This record gives sequence, C-alpha cells and structure tokens, in this order.
Amino acid sequence: MTPKTGTTTVARPATLPADDPATMRRLMRDMLLIRRFEEKCGESYALGKIGGFCHLYIGQEAVAVGTMAALRPDDLIMTSYRDHGQALARGMTPRAVMAELFGKAAGCSGGKGGSMHLFDASLGFLGGHAIVGGHIPLATGAAFAIKYQGGDAVSVVFFGEAAVNNGAFHESLNMAALWKLPCIYICENNRYGMGTALERASALYDVVQRACSYDMPAETVDGMDVLAVRDAVHRAALRGRERKTPTLLEIRTYRFMGHSMSDPIHGHYRTKDEVEQQKTRDPIHVFAEKLRADGMLDDTAWQAMEAEIADEVGDALHFADEAPDPDASTLTTDVYREP
Amino acid sequence: MPLLSYRDALNQALREEMRRDPAVFLMGEEVGVYQGAYKVSRGLLEEFGPERVVDTPITELGFAGIGVGAAMAGLRPVVEFMTWNFALLAIDQIVNSAAKMLYMSGGQVPIPIVFRGPGGAALQLAAQHSQSFEAWYANVPGLKVVMPSNPADAKGLLKSAIRDNNPVVFIEGEMMYNTKGEVPDGEHVVPLGVADVKREGTDVTIVAHAKMVGLALKAAEEMAKDGISAEVVDPRTIRPLDVATIVASVRKTNRCVIVEEGWPFAGIGAQVVDDIQREAFDWLDAPVLRVTSADVPMPYNKGLEKLAKPDVPKIREAVHRVLYRGG
Ligand SMILES: Cc1ncc(C[n+]2csc(CCOP(=O)(O)OP(=O)(O)O)c2C)c(N)n1
Ligand SMILES: [Mg+2]
Repeated sequence: MTPKTGTTTVARPATLPADDPATMRRLMRDMLLIRRFEEKCGESYALGKIGGFCHLYIGQEAVAVGTMAALRPDDLIMTSYRDHGQALARGMTPRAVMAELFGKAAGCSGGKGGSMHLFDASLGFLGGHAIVGGHIPLATGAAFAIKYQGGDAVSVVFFGEAAVNNGAFHESLNMAALWKLPCIYICENNRYGMGTALERASALYDVVQRACSYDMPAETVDGMDVLAVRDAVHRAALRGRERKTPTLLEIRTYRFMGHSMSDPIHGHYRTKDEVEQQKTRDPIHVFAEKLRADGMLDDTAWQAMEAEIADEVGDALHFADEAPDPDASTLTTDVYREP
Repeated sequence: MPLLSYRDALNQALREEMRRDPAVFLMGEEVGVYQGAYKVSRGLLEEFGPERVVDTPITELGFAGIGVGAAMAGLRPVVEFMTWNFALLAIDQIVNSAAKMLYMSGGQVPIPIVFRGPGGAALQLAAQHSQSFEAWYANVPGLKVVMPSNPADAKGLLKSAIRDNNPVVFIEGEMMYNTKGEVPDGEHVVPLGVADVKREGTDVTIVAHAKMVGLALKAAEEMAKDGISAEVVDPRTIRPLDVATIVASVRKTNRCVIVEEGWPFAGIGAQVVDDIQREAFDWLDAPVLRVTSADVPMPYNKGLEKLAKPDVPKIREAVHRVLYRGG
C-alpha cells in the first residue's frame, strides 16, 4: 500500500539492507564525521579561514546520513545553503569540501562557490543553493529529466520548513504530482527559519499536511533517528523508482547552533533551555546508545572511530590550508560554456 | 549634531515617519521579534506593536504584493527585503504591479510604497548573494530608485521616500550599516532627485553612488597628494537622475569617471555617459571611463572577489587615464 497523506507507519520493505554491525557502524561514523567536521568549520570561521555565510549542520546529521544511505549512486541530490552534511554524507571528501570552504582551487566548486554552493556533479550532487525555495523547482526538473530519459533514479531535494510557505514549493509539488515525477521532497523541519519559529510563519503546523493539497504521499519522520530516516527515504525511493510517484517527507530535527555563524544560538527567538532540552535527543548520542545496547559498539570501537575521524578532519584542514588559491585567470572562466 | 550609524539613521527615519503617519507600517522577514536581520528595525516592534511591525514568512512575492495591495487601499507600506537578492522573487509585483498601477488606472490608483533593504556585495557571500540591481529597477518608468551613501542621506532620503506618493526602490548598503556620520535630529528631509557634490575639485569629476562614494572620496584624497583635484558627485537618487548637477560638474572639470558596483553591461554608468555626451560633448577632453564590477557572477574566493569589485586603485587608474597621466 502506498501511504497517502498524514503521518503513516509503513512496514519496512524487505529490500532494505540488513542492519548488520558494519552497516550500523558506517551510519554512526558518517554522522560523527559531519559533527566533527562542522565543529572544525566553526573554529576555522572564527579564525577567518572561512568567509561569507556559513550554516552548520550540527544536530541534523541523521537526516543527511539516513537519506543518503537509502539512495543509489545514480540518484540526483540538491539542497539549500546548509549543505556541508549532505555533501559529506553523499561521499564528497572532507578535503574537497573543506578546500571549498577555504575558497581554494582544489575545492569541490573550484573556490568559486564557498560554503553555500557545494557541487560534485560526478556524485549527482547538484548543489547547495542560497535562495530559500529556489532549488525546489530545480530538483523537480531533475526528476522530469529522469523520467523523460526513461530512467529509474530519483531526484532528492532538501529544504527547511521555512521554505514550504514559498510559492516555488507549492508550484513544484503540484507539477510533480500532476506529471508523476520521481522526486523526494525532504523538508528538514528544524523548527526555525533564522529567528522565526514555524508557528509564527505558517498557518499549518504540520508540514506533512501540505501534501494533501497535491494528493501526494507523505510521512512525518523522526529526524533524530537515522534508521527511521533511512527507511522512510527508502520507501519514498521505491515509490519513485517503481511508480514515478513523488513523496513529501517532513523530517523533524533541530539545529543546535545559530542559523549561521553570525547568528545567536538562542536569544529573542528561542530559549537556552529549549536548546539544551533538544540536545538530550542528539541524534549521534541516540544512535550510539542504541548500538551499545545492541552490542555493536563499545568504548574501544568508539574511541577508534573518534581517532580516525579526527585524523581525517585534521588532514582536510591541513590540505585546505596548504592548497593554492584559484588562479586570477579563473575569474572570467565558467561564465559561459565554450564552445 | 549627533553622530549616528547608517543603521541607526535609517531606524530614526522609520521611527519618526511611523510616529508622524499611522498609515505607515513596516513589513518583512525578521523585522519584528528578531529586531531586523541587520537590526535596522531595532525597537520598532516594542514601540509600534505587531500590527505595524509585521513579521512575514519567507514569501517575498506574496508580501511584496500584499504591500502593493495595501497601498492601493490607502496605507503607506514600507516593505523590507532581507537583501535585494531575494527581491528577485518579488520583482513581478514591483515592476508589473507597483510601477504601473497609476498609469494603467489613468491616474486613479497611486502606490505610495517603499521597498527597502541592503544591496550590493558584502564579503565572500558568492554569486547569489552579491548583486547590484539598481540598473534593473532604474530602467522601469514608474519607479524611483534611491541609494544613500552616508547616514545623514540615509535618514533624509528614507523620510522623503516614505512621504513620496510613488513606489520607491530604496537600496541600502550592506557594508555601510556600521559607518558613522553626523545626522541632523528630527525633521531632516533630503529631496529625491537631487545630487550632492560630496567633494569639490577641478580636474576630474567622479560620479559615484552608494558604497562607491566612499571609495571615490578615498581615491580623491589620495590623488590630491599627487596634485589631482577630483570632484565627487553623488547622485543619491538614481531615478530621477539629477543630470544637471553631473553635467555642470563635467563642464567644469572636462573629464569624468563613473563608478558603480554593478555589472558593466547596460549599467547606471552607461546611462550617465549617454547624458554627458549629449549635454557636455564640447566640454570633454577625454572619453568618459567607467569602473564597475567585473562582468562575472561574484566568486567566493577572497582574492577573486577583490579582483571582481571596484576599488580605490581601479578608480585612481581610471582617473589617471582620463587625465592622460602615467602610473
Ligand atoms: C528567498 C530568500 N529569502 C530570504 C533569504 C534569507 N534566509 C536565508 S536562510 C533563511 C531561513 C530559512 O529557514 P529554513 O528554510 O527553515 O532552513 P534552515 O535555515 O532552518 O535550514 C532566510 C530567511 C534567502 N536566502 N532567500
Ligand atoms: Mg528551519
């Protein structure tokens, strides 16, 4: 049965990969890598090595990692400016991402894009986009192309809950449902768009209900549970691949940091208590506890994982530091594709 | 005279105009509870309440249109865009609704509205967040386009814009909010359409607006040491453009450099050159040169970004060229 609108619990499809210890530890590691990478981004920003706007993913790791774990290499992915986590989870190297944040030629966008515009077309990672809602039609267009070309890949787009009030979201969902496009709309509901709580910006508090207007399958998902995310995306992907049906997933998560490096963690718009309360559901701790309880993780394994990740992130920082700036001549390249 | 930041000068103008006229209200993203993305509206929610300081969802097309509709029905909205990059989503309402309503209705329906927010590049914000759109809006009959370059002008021009009975595109400088200057208290109104000679000189006219005025003044100061006397003319209002003041200056100096932060093709400078060649052709001793951003989307890398933007050395170089000076 295709789940229709509303919060739906659906049996886990048999086609999901087994929850073997190696797979579980991989998910754990992918989340921890993002966390440690982002912490270093925060430090590097304070040191002036990263400039512009920099939006950290801390607290939301389970969404990117769970999603990517359910996708295939030929699927296409787009996201907003809060894109470091998705890029790493998709398999872009910490070196390529950090070098981009440092504006270096070896960065994944040649130093031209920066934090908000991470790209790696070879991995189907079609960007970080900085205009709220602007990339939702783009991902819908990618789904159009997949269907047009007769493929069975899916197009996946991440956006915040504040983007769903925007016309681009509604226009996209309508066309995706009307034309049956294999697009998975992943709303990362972290409860705030900058300093505005969802309830202060949206007449409807459950994002998932937006799908009703377009008769589109939808689910609410616990974004602090990496397996719940993976399974929901897997179900959506099957619908997309087999029946060209789009899906809206409202994935409930929380941002532990400020909106960007220049915004406060708490203040006029949310209390310190609220943030601390949410941190008790830290997706990394939640999953680590589960793995420990299941006997898949112990202190030794955890420490080894931490050490390995510290090396990897340290190496990325070193690489980004040493890497050369783009040549001045690149200022005028890539404006047009020649010939 | 009190020393105020550009930000606080704008805040003062908003506050005074909202006190003066209950039809004036402010609407936009994060203008209320968050006190403004750039803190321009700090304290306004507390003074005027949520009916007059309205936080919106991230829905530029919608709230710009709601602003225009409210103006059609008798209010005087001030619509804040978090930055002008996001106003691209609303440009339909600005151009197709606000700019044309009076004309289409045969003069029945004026649209007294101000669309305001920061424009231009800041630091390393990359391609989608570092753009100058004044040339786009200035192309549209029915719109006025205002770009203050210092705190006193910011206050005086914003008060005029709010009192104007036409749609005004008011572009602030993201990098200027912290700059300080003397700002007259109370009723300080700078009329739209009047340029200001920011520095007098005899050898060359530099026409610059917004953030570029600061660069032009710095260049002029440096060049004074080399015996070059540069006059800096700030149009302040891009449309209507005070051609007379610019032409009078060029007729005096016989040379001109135009500086703008936007792209070169069909930019503001192109319009100014057109006016100068018609009105001051016989007075020119050199072709008019323009300093603009590079003709590329803005790169993120710091060094490339610096290459892309107008700066003091580029202005000096252009001035030297119109003076046929080496180095
Ligand atoms: C069209 C547009 N308007 C405003 C902005 C400024 N802005 C950037 S992010 C943001 C909040 C978005 O919140 P949400 O969609 O919930 O994503 P989150 O940042 O929480 O991941 C705003 C207002 C923008 N980038 N684009
Ligand atoms: Mg959000």
